[in-house]
Amino acid sequence: MKLNIAGNIKEYPEGTTVEQLIAAEKVEMPLYVSVTVNDDFIQTADRQTHVLKDGDTVEFLYFMGGGR
Amino acid sequence: MAFSNEQLERYSRHIILKEIGVKGQKRLLNAKVLIIGAGGLGAPAAMYLAAAGVGTIGIADADVVDLSNLQRQVIHSTNDLGKPKVESARETMEAINPDVKVVTYHEFISSYNILNIIKDYDFILDGTDNFPAKFLINDACVMAKKPFCHAGIIRFRGQLMTYVPGAGPCYRCVFKNPPPKDAVPTCKQAGVIGAMAGVIGCLQALEAVKFITGAGELLTGKLLTYDALTNNFHTVKLPAHVADCPVCGDHPTITQLIDYEQAVCELKKD
Ligand SMILES: [Zn+2]
Repeated sequence: MKLNIAGNIKEYPEGTTVEQLIAAEKVEMPLYVSVTVNDDFIQTADRQTHVLKDGDTVEFLYFMGGGR
Repeated sequence: MAFSNEQLERYSRHIILKEIGVKGQKRLLNAKVLIIGAGGLGAPAAMYLAAAGVGTIGIADADVVDLSNLQRQVIHSTNDLGKPKVESARETMEAINPDVKVVTYHEFISSYNILNIIKDYDFILDGTDNFPAKFLINDACVMAKKPFCHAGIIRFRGQLMTYVPGAGPCYRCVFKNPPPKDAVPTCKQAGVIGAMAGVIGCLQALEAVKFITGAGELLTGKLLTYDALTNNFHTVKLPAHVADCPVCGDHPTITQLIDYEQAVCELKKD
């Protein structure tokens, strides 16, 4: 199936969960990353059970604390 | 209020824009914008807003100018070393544009003073460098129903989003709680490319100008990220409303401001 990950279309096997995608995409410090699927937040507790579907759009939102 | 000949000339490139015009320029001159943090993000934002003729610019920062600031904080110069950043920032803004009234707050922003400071402003820019301050600004702006623009930068990346009461999610909708101290690196630990502060600080200034003049679309309900190494500007659409957000949701559980432990880059010099 095809997933849109942060604007890039990538091929992933059917049944991939959010948790598996986080590992496959080598997301750094995943506990401190917010995830949206089709513009909705996925709770951290739901990452293992949330199965992605063909055509889903996934975004990883990172903490950025700098500014001064 | 009629423009002087000097003002007509100074703002001619704004006035000729159909999205701004005479009306928009008058709005800018009557507007009050607060910039919290006179550093990497605050520096370009303050300079462009002063140049744009934003009538009142508040600037808050407890720090003094340090040599390690000058790699990115372009509002300060080598001559300003040791001077309070708000004073140095004021001098630069007043030199750019005498139309601007600058109000300085040489103090740390905390739960004790933030509501009193933001109450006089139309729009607030978060130019701080730590999560306790970013969450404090968010919560205070949500509670006081003030629009503000969040931004953060690290290494070669930056992000920003704009909160407008009733018009989209807040920073806490997206990021929930500050990460534990030292879990996420600061600029001091990880570094930041100076021009990134310029890019993102200028985008914050644009959000303020668009909010004041009504031009175009704001980054409400969107998080814009920029990665300088891959040349990638990316806008992430956010949910329109997060019902369980503890501060802006349907049943807020955060009703008092919180002073999280200060895990800060450059709060104290070591
Ligand atoms: Zn919220």
